[in-house]
Amino acid sequence: MGKIVIDANRCKSCYLCVSTCPKGLIKKSDKTNRLGDYLVEFDDKNNECIGCAMCAKRCPDMAITAVYK
Amino acid sequence: MQQVFSIPKSMKKDFRYTFCPGCDHGVAIRLVAELLDEMNLREKTICSTSIGCSVFLYDFLDVDCVEAPHGRACASATGVKRATPDKFVFTYQGDGDFASIGLAESMHTALRGECVSAICINNTTYGMTGGQLGPTTVMGQITTTSPYGRNREYYGYPIRVAEQIALCDGTAYSARVALDTIPHINQAKQALKKAFEVQLQGLGFGFVEILSSCPTNWHMSPQEAHIRVKEEMMPVFPLGVYKDVTTEKGE
Repeated sequence: MGKIVIDANRCKSCYLCVSTCPKGLIKKSDKTNRLGDYLVEFDDKNNECIGCAMCAKRCPDMAITAVYK
Repeated sequence: MQQVFSIPKSMKKDFRYTFCPGCDHGVAIRLVAELLDEMNLREKTICSTSIGCSVFLYDFLDVDCVEAPHGRACASATGVKRATPDKFVFTYQGDGDFASIGLAESMHTALRGECVSAICINNTTYGMTGGQLGPTTVMGQITTTSPYGRNREYYGYPIRVAEQIALCDGTAYSARVALDTIPHINQAKQALKKAFEVQLQGLGFGFVEILSSCPTNWHMSPQEAHIRVKEEMMPVFPLGVYKDVTTEKGE
């Protein structure tokens, strides 16, 4: 069971994390940040996150600021 | 719960990258920051930055920096290293800066065997100025100054920087890595670590060329840009270690 923390103000909607997550737990969201970028959201209802930190390593903007395992 | 990822301490507080969405510069800077943390080098590091998108390094990395004129980062790094040999000195440059404007400075720094580390981000174009043809633009690539694609008759051939630097006798380590997939990102970190270590051991010039994407000037999505790195750039710029004096490879 893992958890990630997303910093909304750093996200620039490149969605590289969406295609990187091996469990497909990161999804596009309808919310925007103050710059108008459509954010991503972490949707882990079944506690599937394994804390591999691949999303955080992939994110070019370090918008995923912490990963817990 | 155990924290397995956190922002490196060598990054400035409350930084926010100003790169385009999907640009791999952010990943490369994070790898450098993580290594500075792991090797405990932050307090003794002096960075020599370039002109181009790579110049923004000093806005994000919490180390002392020297701003060099166009392409002369390796030359100013030489001066810094010779004046303060106990400091850790590295340059962070793009391919237009390292391999076109500053090719003479870069090559001669390698030939002199200066104990500095150089990082060259290769995205096959001049990113900051609007996507012109650069020294590493691959054959057939369409840029704003090669609207019909790069051809031999008019533009000539691209330079393979890692191989050229490996031919210099003063080079201790020369490698080419990419940032398109997670395994390649992990390999890139190992290569950067090696390039930093050869400087600390006083063996000579450490060089890493990083294949990066430029979604804005390639007119692609970040995902398509990473596919292009794999399909169009890697056949021209093969990944690998071209010289490593610690294992006597490439000697």
